[in-house]
Amino acid sequence: MANQPSQSIHQSDRALKRLKKRKAKEIRFKFFGIVAIILAMTALAWLLVSVIGTGYKAFYQHSITMTVVLEETTLDPTNARDPDALRQANYRRIIQEALYTRFPDVSDRKGKRDLFRVVSASGATNHVRQMVYKNPDLVGQTLTIVVPTSDDVDQLLKGNILRDVPEQRRKVSDQQIGWVDELVANGEIKARFNVIFFTGTDSRDPELAGIASALAGSAMALLVAFALAFPIGVGAAVYLDEFAPKNKFTDFIEININNLAAVPSIVFGLLGLAVFLNFMGLPRSAPLVGGMVLALMTFPTIIIATRSALRAVSPSIRDGALSVGASHIQAVFHHKLPLAAPGILTGSIIGMAQALGETAPLLMIGMVAFVTEIPTSVTDPAAALPVQIFLWSDSPERAWAERTSAAILVLLTVLITMNGIAIFLRSRLEKRW
Amino acid sequence: MTQLLTSTNKVSYRALTPELELMGQVNVTTETEFDNAKFTCRDVRVHYGSLEALHGIDMNIQDNGVTALIGPSGCGKSSFLRVFNRMNDTITGARVSGEVLMDGQDIYSNDIDPVLLRARVGMVFQKPNPFPKSIYDNVAYGPRIHGLAETRVELDGIVETSLRKGGLWEEVKDRLDDPGTGLSGGQQQRLVIARAIAVDPEVILMDEPASALDPIATAKLEVLIDELKENYCIVIVTHSMAQAARISQKTAFFHMGDLVEYGETAKIFSNPEDKRTQDYITGRTG
Repeated sequence: MANQPSQSIHQSDRALKRLKKRKAKEIRFKFFGIVAIILAMTALAWLLVSVIGTGYKAFYQHSITMTVVLEETTLDPTNARDPDALRQANYRRIIQEALYTRFPDVSDRKGKRDLFRVVSASGATNHVRQMVYKNPDLVGQTLTIVVPTSDDVDQLLKGNILRDVPEQRRKVSDQQIGWVDELVANGEIKARFNVIFFTGTDSRDPELAGIASALAGSAMALLVAFALAFPIGVGAAVYLDEFAPKNKFTDFIEININNLAAVPSIVFGLLGLAVFLNFMGLPRSAPLVGGMVLALMTFPTIIIATRSALRAVSPSIRDGALSVGASHIQAVFHHKLPLAAPGILTGSIIGMAQALGETAPLLMIGMVAFVTEIPTSVTDPAAALPVQIFLWSDSPERAWAERTSAAILVLLTVLITMNGIAIFLRSRLEKRW
Repeated sequence: MTQLLTSTNKVSYRALTPELELMGQVNVTTETEFDNAKFTCRDVRVHYGSLEALHGIDMNIQDNGVTALIGPSGCGKSSFLRVFNRMNDTITGARVSGEVLMDGQDIYSNDIDPVLLRARVGMVFQKPNPFPKSIYDNVAYGPRIHGLAETRVELDGIVETSLRKGGLWEEVKDRLDDPGTGLSGGQQQRLVIARAIAVDPEVILMDEPASALDPIATAKLEVLIDELKENYCIVIVTHSMAQAARISQKTAFFHMGDLVEYGETAKIFSNPEDKRTQDYITGRTG
């Protein structure tokens, strides 16, 4: 037998057939794997293309350069320069006059009204009001100001309002298109980087709306959530893993923690509403409460991440510490925790990133308000980025759609940055040890 | 007699011995009394949950010398070793009963703190386990947590002395800030010994310290152990018969949770009384 290699059972036809079958199985598996990856990548690419495709337009905005005459007779007829009177003066009139001077041919009522609709009404009046309020000496002078156009004009110039649609079905009249084209040709209307989107707060006018309040609210809520969830979560995990007696009760707690991670976030919102707002009487819409609710939500994630990171540390390190007479707590804090730190940090940051994207629990505690001021403390009312996106996505105007997408892009950027920090910290800390 | 022991090897040695003694059939091979016993064990049993890993061990350990614990895997020799520094306490479900006296004091009594006991009874493990810190910090860790050095100079002194005693000083004196984990396996094991020495223990337990080392590193380690026995009581678990024969003065053979035979190393290896010992050291079992 040994002299006849052709007799080996591993070279028989049946063996070769089996080999072929095994190889085919492998190829099929690889194929399905590749298909799955392609599907996932396509979905991701689709999402990104559609969000970026709509959103990038919100990062620039058309604004108009105007020459306004700050008539003393309109603004301060008594010549008293009283701040309150100056604040309430008729700046609308000033803007209107500036436009009528620019286009002297317009005389009819409807024409004048349409002409005023070329600029952002509240944007322009507020801009001039702010300037005069800060510096009353400006009254009587002539100023050159740059203010946003109305969102309709902006959309027209961005190509979102089509010119070949019949006039009655278009938000911008033929006459307005004529003025806008002239202003563009003269260089009076230009596309500029949309600073307002980053410095402004929520507004009824899309051209004046920004995410500053939402960003600040989200940042504050996250800080509160981190300050609460990180120490408590890590502490609980260390206690459960290292010190708690192993019995039915701790098993029960462990199962519950794992279940908590799967509880829908809106339930945490309800809990926050019942406990933090109704029972403890904390302020509504405040990042403080938002952060507390997000902390509740992040606890299980941090506990689970910490426990698995602790378990990944070789027990020989703990034994080494114990064998030179370190107490249990010294072995944990001097040796296990530092080694587990990269895993704990990564888990926590990813938990935080999850919390950043949460909308539902914040709706329940009222962080869904129309907030026009940037919060200065954690008890001020504030919006949150995902809630802001939710609110804007509900508005019908075309200008809101691109701002919604742009806000999503900002949110995604923050998330990617956080995950990047997690990866960086992980590799950095691992190298040190 | 060997027939009898072999056929009843499920019965604990302790349970059997008095009977045999009464029958006048056997000379007790365990030397239970020394002039200089460091540890005195009476009826030591180790349980893991419901499993009894050691079935009542009576054994004394001599001070200043090397005692080797040998036996096949799972015979309980490592469990027995961990009795002396109460490392079994750290294993969930592990329970130790019986009496273990160290210099006449029961180390399992309530007024003994296992943390302080472990400073007196150092341990070296099978796999070198230096902390992922610098060589210096590895050695300085123990003195730091026990407050053995008032000043940095004093600490430097302890580190140097310990590394010298650990036979590693010449190799690492220029790179004390390098990570301890970057050393070779043999160096790591000597670093761990230096780390144990730094807290000035009386006893050093070694659990198969050379099993992960190559022959050259093993030889160096054995030389070191030979030097250390002048000042420390050393108990070593080893799978290498030759190693036990080379470095130890007393050898104990464990089998299935029982202490089968204990005596002078030379005697155990040249003229074992028990057939199981003989089979094991000649390589027929184990």
